This record gives sequence, C-alpha cells and structure tokens, in this order.
Amino acid sequence: MHAPDAMLPRIARIRRRRRESAQVWTLDIEADGTEASGFAPGQFNMLTVFGVGEVPISLSGDPARGTQLVHTIRAVGPVSEALVQLKPGKELGLRGPFGVGWPMAEAAGRDVLLVAGGLGLAPLRPALYRLLAGRHRFGRVRLLYGARGPEDMLFRRELASWQRRADIDIEITVDHAPSGWTGHVGVVPTLIEHAAFDPGNSIALVCGPEIMMRFAIDALRRAGMADAAIYLSTERNMKCAIGQCGHCQFGPTFVCRDGPVFRYDRLRTFLGLKEI
Amino acid sequence: MSLWMTRLSQPPGKRHTMVEKVTVTVDALQALLDQLKGRGYRVIGPTVRDQTIVYDEIDSLAELPRGWTDEQEGGHYRLVRREDDALFGFAVGPHSWKKFLHAPIVELWKVVRNGEDVSIVAESPPDQRFAFIGVRACELHAIAIQDRVLLGGQYPDSHYRARREGAFFVAINCGEAGGTCFCQSMNTGPAVESGYDISLTEIVTESGRSFVTEAGSEAGLQVLAALPRRPAMDEEIAQAKAVISRTAAAMGRQMRSDDLRELLERNLDHPRWDDVAKRCLTCGNCTMVCPTCFCTSVEDSSDLAGETASRSRRWDSCFTMDFSYIHGGSVRASARSRYRQWMTHKLAFWVDQFGTSGCVGCGRCITWCPVGIDITEEVRAIRDSGSTEG
Repeated sequence: MHAPDAMLPRIARIRRRRRESAQVWTLDIEADGTEASGFAPGQFNMLTVFGVGEVPISLSGDPARGTQLVHTIRAVGPVSEALVQLKPGKELGLRGPFGVGWPMAEAAGRDVLLVAGGLGLAPLRPALYRLLAGRHRFGRVRLLYGARGPEDMLFRRELASWQRRADIDIEITVDHAPSGWTGHVGVVPTLIEHAAFDPGNSIALVCGPEIMMRFAIDALRRAGMADAAIYLSTERNMKCAIGQCGHCQFGPTFVCRDGPVFRYDRLRTFLGLKEI
Repeated sequence: MSLWMTRLSQPPGKRHTMVEKVTVTVDALQALLDQLKGRGYRVIGPTVRDQTIVYDEIDSLAELPRGWTDEQEGGHYRLVRREDDALFGFAVGPHSWKKFLHAPIVELWKVVRNGEDVSIVAESPPDQRFAFIGVRACELHAIAIQDRVLLGGQYPDSHYRARREGAFFVAINCGEAGGTCFCQSMNTGPAVESGYDISLTEIVTESGRSFVTEAGSEAGLQVLAALPRRPAMDEEIAQAKAVISRTAAAMGRQMRSDDLRELLERNLDHPRWDDVAKRCLTCGNCTMVCPTCFCTSVEDSSDLAGETASRSRRWDSCFTMDFSYIHGGSVRASARSRYRQWMTHKLAFWVDQFGTSGCVGCGRCITWCPVGIDITEEVRAIRDSGSTEG
C-alpha cells in the first residue's frame, strides 16, 4: 500500500475572515482530517485557490486548537489576493502541515526571546501560544516586535492583552510613528540592544524580512548570544513543499523540508551571500 | 521489494558474477523488440529525427540509427555517417529517459463541483510499461539519482513511481565516447554495472555485428531465454571488454570530481561566476537536456464556466527569473547567481540533499549550450585559480 499522494490537496472551507491591516487578513479554515494531524509552531500549509494557484502560508493560530487552522496572509500576488477575498463557506485546497518548526523542546528551561518584523509575527504566534500554555517550563519570555507603523501591527487586541500580563515582556517599535505614538520608533535590532537578557541561557526565535533578520542576528550576536542559540524562519518560492520541485533551495537546504526554521549556525555561510 | 529498491540497493560495481554471457545476432535483437512488445511494453529506443538522435517509440531495428555517429563539442552537435553499420555507434543526444519517467508535463488532479459537493480527483498515471532500448551507463546512473530524488524521501512521487516501477532496461555498453563525455571522471561509465535487465555490448565478429549479452534481473533472464543465442566465446568476451576499455580511454572531457563539494562551497563568491555570467544566456537548455535535473513548477487552470479546476506539473529551470520569485522580486536576479545555483546544486549541494552528485558526466549540458559553456572547464578555472579561503 502506497502512502497518500502529498501533492493532492484536501478540501477546506473558510470559517472566519478578519482584517489585520490594509493588506493583511487572517483566515480561519476547517478541513476534513485536520484534528488527527495537528501542527507544530513554525510549520506551514500549502493553500490553493482553485483555478488560481497555490502558495505556502505559515500557521499563525494556536496549536492546541487543532481543528481550527489559522493563517495570516499578506495580499501581495494573484494567489494571496484571491485567498483573502474568499468569503466564509468558500472552499479552498489544503496540503500540509509541512516543514520543521520552532525548537520548543530546546527552549525549555531557558529565557525565550522572540524577535518579529512585520508579518514575521504570524509564524511566531503559535510558539507564543505554546510558551504561554506551558509558561512554568520556560524562563523569561520576551517579544520584540517591529512594524512599519501602528496601523500595520498584527493581532493588535491580542498584543494589548498580552501586554497586561506579568509573565511576558513585550516591546514594540515602529519605523514611522504618527503624532500621538508614545512607544519606540526605530528598527527591531535597536530593541535587542536595549533589552536586558542573559545571553548564556537564552534562545532567540527570529522571523521577518531577510534584511531585518540579518541585522537582528548581528545584534543578538553582539549581545553575546551563541550562533547555535539563534533560530530563524526563512522564505523562498515553493511549489511542492516536499523537497521535489527544487524552488526553495537555500544553499544546500530545501526550505520546505529542512526548514523553514533553521538554527542560525547551520545557515550562516549562506545567509550572508547575495542571491544564494 | 519493488524493482527500483532492488536496483538502488545494489552496490555500484558489483556484477552478477554467475550470469552467463551469451552472444546474439542482430536478427535476435529484432526478436527482442518483438518479444518486449508482445509482453505489453511500449518499446522506446534511439532513432534519427531532426538531424539528431532522439528517444522515441520504435517498432523495428530499422528505426535505430544504424551507421550513424554523432560529433559533439561545446555548443556543437552533428550527425556523421560511420564507416560501418553499427547500431549503437554514437553517444547520447538531446533526449534522456527522464522524458518518459519524469514526464515534461503531468496532470496532477482536478477538482470537480457537483452542486454543493466539491471533490478532488487524482489524475492517474498512464497505464503503460516502458521498455528502453540502448540505455547508457551514465543514464542508468542518472535514473538511480532521480530515484533518490523522487522516490527516496518521505513523499514518493506517485507519477514517477508508476512509470519507473514496471520499466524494462536494455542497456548498451558504449562503443564510442562522445566529444563532451566524461563519465569516466564521474565513475558512472562507460561500462554498465547495475540497474539493467539486459545488457548488450556491440562487437564485430567474422559473421558481422553481434552482441555479447547478459541478463541483470530475473525479468531479463526470462526475456533472454526466449531469444536465439549461443554461449559467448572467450574471444568475444575479450572483445567486449576491449570495447569498454577503448571507450574509457577516449573520453572527450575530464573533470576531477572527488573534492567538488568542498571546492565549490569554498568558492561561492569566486570571480569566475562573473566571467561565466557574461557568456551564459540563462536559456535553461542545460537543465532541459540534463538527465538528472528534476525541478518542476505547477500550473493551475479552470474552465470558462468555473465548474472544474485542475493542476498540472511541468519541468522548470533554475535559470528562469520566475523560479526564485517571491513577493518583491527574484531571489536570484542575476545570471551569475543563476548559473552558480545550477552548478553548485548539481556538483556540490546535491550531495548534502541526496547523498550523491547530481552529475553523471554525460556531457549534454556542454553540447547543447548555445554558447558552449563547459561545466568541466568552469570547474577547472575555479580550481586552477587557487581557491579562496573559506
């Protein structure tokens, strides 16, 4: 008996859709057989709008709520634009979950520093849910989040409720602030420079645009963190998600199969090279 | 255990020591084709078309490129008449067997709407078994490499598997080294060593051309048993050996291959990439003719009424801008980065990914490059320049 064909999508339906910002939407979807599979924080699904195409989208919901798959999507291309226009009840194709996620087991007993830029908060949110659900197993939990402006921030109500909690520190910065903004202004790496944490007993989870991640990693290393304690989530073009189409290569790795989350020291040689 | 697993598990270089070598005549080869057809195989072999030797369906020996050879150099391919009427007296052409096993276009599925009910219907691979005639040693290695890529992981490709599992391989030991061949350097030829059902070596005897033949599988043994044949004489076996040694000594190209992984990783910023970028047209020919290049893309389409939608998969090339496109632009926008991607993947990072080089030394990428870029020469330039620190 052969394994089911991983290239065949399942039928899923939009359950709920909400707008995060001008270009970003969060979709809750339900699919047959989802309960059994579950997902790990940092993993992604391949979502299809029938007749239009398929894109990789990270899971942004709570891994403990397995029947409900949540994806936060920026409408930047034909498929993602069609995805965010799907109304509740409409069907879409779903394959996954795929990939290697955040190192939740390695994080146990350590301070956890989550560094997010822009849409990069979406793949980190499942890790946050997991950290908060098992809060006693981790040291200090700190989220450093940068957005272009206050109106570009994702999950604003949730961020506000987390900011009221005593067991998580949240620092937010924006690139451009309107009048009335009283928070940080500047890029995320500057938050790292000002954050007090024990570099020897911390683990850093970094997700955002590649350029932001490079600067964030530089700042983490300057603060004394070891390369092997820094993890990042990468993005590449993907067509198959199972290591067979070749599109997502990043040096010797397939982002879909070996990532999207990598330990920094394993990608270091290639991250600094242009157009790799 | 399926056939391909059996083949993969055979250590390269290990021959079926107990297998009897027999000699068959040219006429017996026609009987071989007939028998394979009779057993339900779709018989594919080399044939002359458009001034090249391509692989296509054949009915009779008359369709083989009898008396033809090919003259190959960087960016150069010409068919030339031989002085004899050898059936397999040429090297490899622009086609490879991946055209049949890892097909250029595959329909994957369609989604069908029936009122409120929506369902995905998988497209089945065609119900046919291939018999390939005249498969070279480098090509058997290329197929073993694609086996690893497409069948060796967690998610075997069902379309490749369906085409691959039932295939029958009639291999040929090369009697001519092409001008761009370097299988000797890649340890993939010219002698066929495993992965075949029947192997042939074309030799000249007093009675004309004949073939020293061996079975490499149970299926091959059965087919061979039904052919007119006689035990090979010692002299013929020696002649067959000489054919292979002669070919090995006549390789058109050479490339040191034992340290490519390290050499290229050390030199990802070498100035030679700028140099090759001035010549490379990023046309992707090298990836299309390469017997191991496996990259694909998918295309979705729908009918005008919006009742059905479908997805197909087609060969893609890392030389296109689209290949690495993510919102905002292509990751590899320059020719430099795309040539580097292709060559470092093929020769270096393939090893990390699949435990084998992606190159079998068939020379197709050299011959079919419109500007004659030569992978062996590019490696040599990087090696000879004194590699940078890394």
